[in-house]
Amino acid sequence: MAKKQTVSFTLNGTQVDVVVEPRELLIHSLREKLQHTGPHIGCETSHCGACTVDIDGMSVKSCTVLTVQCQDAEVLTIEGFEQGGELHALQEGFTQEHGLQCGYCTPGMITRAYRLLKENPSPSEEEIRYWMAGNLCRCTGYQNIVKAVQYAANKLSSASA
Amino acid sequence: MIPREFDYHAPQSIPDALGLLAQFGDEAKLLAGGHSLLPMMKLRLAEPGHLIDLGRIRELQGIREDGDTLRIGAMTTENQLIWSQLLQDKCPLLVEGARLISDPQVRYKGTIGGDISHGDPANDHPALMLALGASYVLQSASGERVVSADDFFVGMYDTLLQPDEIMTEIRIPAPAQGTGYCYAKLKRKVGDFATAAAAVTLRMQGETVQEVAIALTNVGACALRAREAEDALRGKTLDDAALAEAARLAMSICDPVEDQRGDVEYKTAMAGEMTRRALSTANSRATH
Amino acid sequence: MAASTDMLEREATLQGLGTSRLRKEDARFIRGKGTYIDDIKLPGMLFGAMVRSPYAHARIKSINKDKALAVPGVVAVLVADDLKPVKLDWMPTLGSDVQAVLADEKVCFQLQEVAMVIATDRYAASDGADMVEVDYEELPVLVDPHKAMDADAPIIREDIADKDEVGHGKRTHPNHIFTWEAGDKDATDSVFANAEVTVKEEILNPRVHPCPMETCGCVASFDKVTGQLTVYITSQAPHLVRTVVAMLSGIPESKIRIIGGDIGGGFGNKVPIYPGYVVAIVASIVTGVPIKWIESRIDNISTTGFARDYHGIGELAADKDGRIKALRFTALADHGAFNSHVSATKLPAGLFSICTGSYDIPTAYCRVDAVYTNKAPGGVAYRCSLRVTEAVYLIERMMDVLAQKLSIDKAEIRRRNFVNADKFPYSTSLGWTLDSGDYHTALEKVLQAVDYEGLRKEQAEKRAKGELMGIGLCTFTEIVGAGPTKVCDILGIGLFDSCDIRVNPTGSAIARLGTMSQGQGHATTYAQIIATELGLSSEEIQIEEGDTDKAPYGAGTWGSRSTPVAGAAAAMAARKIRAKAQAIAAHLLEVGEGDLEWEIDRFNVKGNPAQSKTMKEIALAAHTGDLPDGMEQGLDATEYYDPPNMTFPFGAYVCVVDIDRFTGETKVRRFYALDDCGTRINPMIIEGQIHGGLTEAFAVAFGQAIPFDENGNHLGNSLMDYFLPTAVETPHWETDHTVTPSPHHPIGAKGVAESPHVGGIPCFSNAVVDAFAHLGVTHMDMPHTAFRVWQQCKALGINTR
Repeated sequence: MAKKQTVSFTLNGTQVDVVVEPRELLIHSLREKLQHTGPHIGCETSHCGACTVDIDGMSVKSCTVLTVQCQDAEVLTIEGFEQGGELHALQEGFTQEHGLQCGYCTPGMITRAYRLLKENPSPSEEEIRYWMAGNLCRCTGYQNIVKAVQYAANKLSSASA
Repeated sequence: MIPREFDYHAPQSIPDALGLLAQFGDEAKLLAGGHSLLPMMKLRLAEPGHLIDLGRIRELQGIREDGDTLRIGAMTTENQLIWSQLLQDKCPLLVEGARLISDPQVRYKGTIGGDISHGDPANDHPALMLALGASYVLQSASGERVVSADDFFVGMYDTLLQPDEIMTEIRIPAPAQGTGYCYAKLKRKVGDFATAAAAVTLRMQGETVQEVAIALTNVGACALRAREAEDALRGKTLDDAALAEAARLAMSICDPVEDQRGDVEYKTAMAGEMTRRALSTANSRATH
Repeated sequence: MAASTDMLEREATLQGLGTSRLRKEDARFIRGKGTYIDDIKLPGMLFGAMVRSPYAHARIKSINKDKALAVPGVVAVLVADDLKPVKLDWMPTLGSDVQAVLADEKVCFQLQEVAMVIATDRYAASDGADMVEVDYEELPVLVDPHKAMDADAPIIREDIADKDEVGHGKRTHPNHIFTWEAGDKDATDSVFANAEVTVKEEILNPRVHPCPMETCGCVASFDKVTGQLTVYITSQAPHLVRTVVAMLSGIPESKIRIIGGDIGGGFGNKVPIYPGYVVAIVASIVTGVPIKWIESRIDNISTTGFARDYHGIGELAADKDGRIKALRFTALADHGAFNSHVSATKLPAGLFSICTGSYDIPTAYCRVDAVYTNKAPGGVAYRCSLRVTEAVYLIERMMDVLAQKLSIDKAEIRRRNFVNADKFPYSTSLGWTLDSGDYHTALEKVLQAVDYEGLRKEQAEKRAKGELMGIGLCTFTEIVGAGPTKVCDILGIGLFDSCDIRVNPTGSAIARLGTMSQGQGHATTYAQIIATELGLSSEEIQIEEGDTDKAPYGAGTWGSRSTPVAGAAAAMAARKIRAKAQAIAAHLLEVGEGDLEWEIDRFNVKGNPAQSKTMKEIALAAHTGDLPDGMEQGLDATEYYDPPNMTFPFGAYVCVVDIDRFTGETKVRRFYALDDCGTRINPMIIEGQIHGGLTEAFAVAFGQAIPFDENGNHLGNSLMDYFLPTAVETPHWETDHTVTPSPHHPIGAKGVAESPHVGGIPCFSNAVVDAFAHLGVTHMDMPHTAFRVWQQCKALGINTR
């Protein structure tokens, strides 16, 4: 059996260590060993985006990343969005605009939208659709997800103005 | 959907990586973005004993201009290509192509070098490289060699890259000012591979084609250079007859595999249609 | 009298019926705190991985577990023989058939369940599954349902080969499951024989899959000391699961607890009972520790709960003015290797007989023949009531075929045949009583909104230039809310539903229902119904579903039955409480009950509204000794609601497409959807449901199919090939509504989530075919992929310049 390794990284601002086989996928480490069950498994073939987390400033499908690749990384998951009892603008936007139904894709959607808004604080509808196309949703038809991202973009830009 | 066991290595430098490659030989696979290799490993279609992760080698990343040559580290990601102002200014075809690859998350991880060296005829960079006249730097413990994109692709998943070599850099001669370009890609949805696609670079002199390169994605065992179509266009006006002839000649070299995207006839026809559209768009973008 | 400001404020505080209040369930989902099946972890839990057949039809000669058992972490390997001692090797289906839990002697479809490897985690289980050695002997494969009843067809089900019936009448061939018919065949044949005009078309509803974001799975936990079995499961119908598990296992139903938890979408995929669940239960009974089984995406698409696969033939007879005189629809249904089609006992073809649609058709006949093939079992409803999409697709396509035959405009042909608004309740020639409708108003509103005449003009101009533009119409009537127990039962259990409400002393309440939300927002909408009925704030009304130890019995959430059946139960239970509250208020105010009138949240003394008791005050009083003589304490009620009829939502949709004849790509330029679901509980949630249903309809119309080769091998069962549109492909949706309440539902609501799927699919197809109508094309089968549309262009010689 391949030797297990200890991998250390920052998860939502907290230093964590996890002991894994090299083949362990990040989504399994997060969900099974680090009790972060917000990111979900939808397809295991990197098509659906339900497992999206943010690693070192990149939106990544954590079903297609090895935990051993995350040594010293900064990892953000949906569990890291609420700060001091305050919801993030995206979390608020998804509720206000009815951008979720079953909720399964929601953590990945919000995490992806977070990085999108960092890179493009005021995206057009077309840009939102293009840059959110790595996340599948079966319930909403995306229309209200677009509105939710726009809601957050407006709120964040008026807060920073 | 769980990979078999393997050992993981994360070298910090090219020599270290080459050393590991020499040590483990056929047992080893290089890990770039991982979005082709890891799914194959999860399906147990690939079962390497050792995985050598190139992600921590700084020298393999970055885009720079060296005289008339654009030099792109093999581990540069698709999103880095898309957001490069240098490429937008000097080689917008590469930006246009990268924007049509897979989806946003995959583009954060997927690399130009991984896309090329995988040798998958469905990947987009090979045709882009052919149209741009690129060459690749391949390093091994015994030194480095530079091979042209035209020679690199041998067949399905078969390239000139040897088991002891690593692709370290992609070199692209910066297209002359006023070069028209287009990557026309037909796909079923975001995230899909091309049903067929055509990459074109085009230099016009007035209404006459001065220089043209046409390359096709996913309609053969590897990316195809449509040389006869190119030859037929040089010195010609890009009128309907010329476009039709170029499309016909491009189709004549296609040998696609039937799958859920379409049958051989459809894919071949789409290679022709994408050729025609790429040429028209390139023409509209070229300086006349 | 105008409502006072005070009344408006009190009304607003309730956030009741008709308000777009935000969803109560969102709080956990936006924080990643939902509890889906794979989030459940129990101490000592083991993980099960399924070993599946690579062949579609083969005899199992031997299974060798030794190498698998030697893999570190592997605890057990279960095969059919291991299930026999506990008599769980075969299980009843929801379609009156039986299904092998693990393949017994032979496999009948590719990826059929053959063994389960139980291990300490999913990595070890996966390694173990790889090492199970199965020796197969391949058998001839039957893929094409049209050949299923040929004399020389391979016999798929040897276990029932000598049975002349599998629950639904006489069989005529070992691969025949049932023949079902409705209507008057002779009368219909006679109208057709004498008709001025007849049209006929072969119309396929391809095999598709609901494909929710979350796959199926369960955690089964059997306590050997207490004999208690707890199963966390992805089920849209937890109570039915409990009953089936009790029947199967012999464990008393009182010792079985089924828990639904949060469900990551269902769309019909999570109604049946799958082998994975049963093996996990057996494994837990055997090992005494909890067992988790989670399906992969490929297994999900390949083996659990496909939909449709109806090979239909539609025929209409009409006069020269396009007035329909008779309808004759038949279908060959491919049910796969086992009949696990979810169906009411008396309705093996579901509600297919709604196929007369929104039209006044005096004579009709329909028939469905179901057969076995070497494909996965299923035949669930994909975001529709049982076989309603198939029925609506046929009639809405055939309306266009008839219009084209007679050169009558496609809107006009519908106008001429609609059931008039003054004819409701309307009895169809196939036996349903449509509760309410106003089809003309809906259609005219939509035509005006999209400038239909202008679109037709533009289309004529485009056609003159050789361009392809299509305008699709669909004016559907759905049938939902199964259902009246005299018509509908599953395994003998009537499809009533239930609600149990308990009002607390401080005026908050908890309600438990027999349904199961998978994203529909029940925690919000049921609370809104109860809020308006009881005058308590929906914010303080807690809704619970899915835990069979807590909720009253109900048949679950599918077929848009939650609002029509359980929503009605909620209103009726609340009315029982309000009746008791009125008696308490009368007692407290020292007046007769008849002297009181209800106003938003309180009972007022008629003519003296200053004298009143609010529901909150009454709630407290109900928990004191100051009650009318002989009245018990408490303010609770339970309702088991058996609906008097189904409900019949309807809508009018228009779709405009532009087709690229050189690539075959279709662009949906516009989609306008008017839905009438009766009384609207939460407009925000309704709109969300419609967006989602239209998107799933778009996926079916333009890309979804489960293709096989001639050996029964899957040709596209991952998300690379199985089309789930992204935000880029998905069109923009425009929504509208009319309100025609159901006369028999307590609050007039009909259900809505399935309408956009059922109505959307024919609307898209009608638009695509309409783009080619001027070239003589009357029908094109789905999915309308670029490839297939290009083939149509090529057949017409318009694919080249």
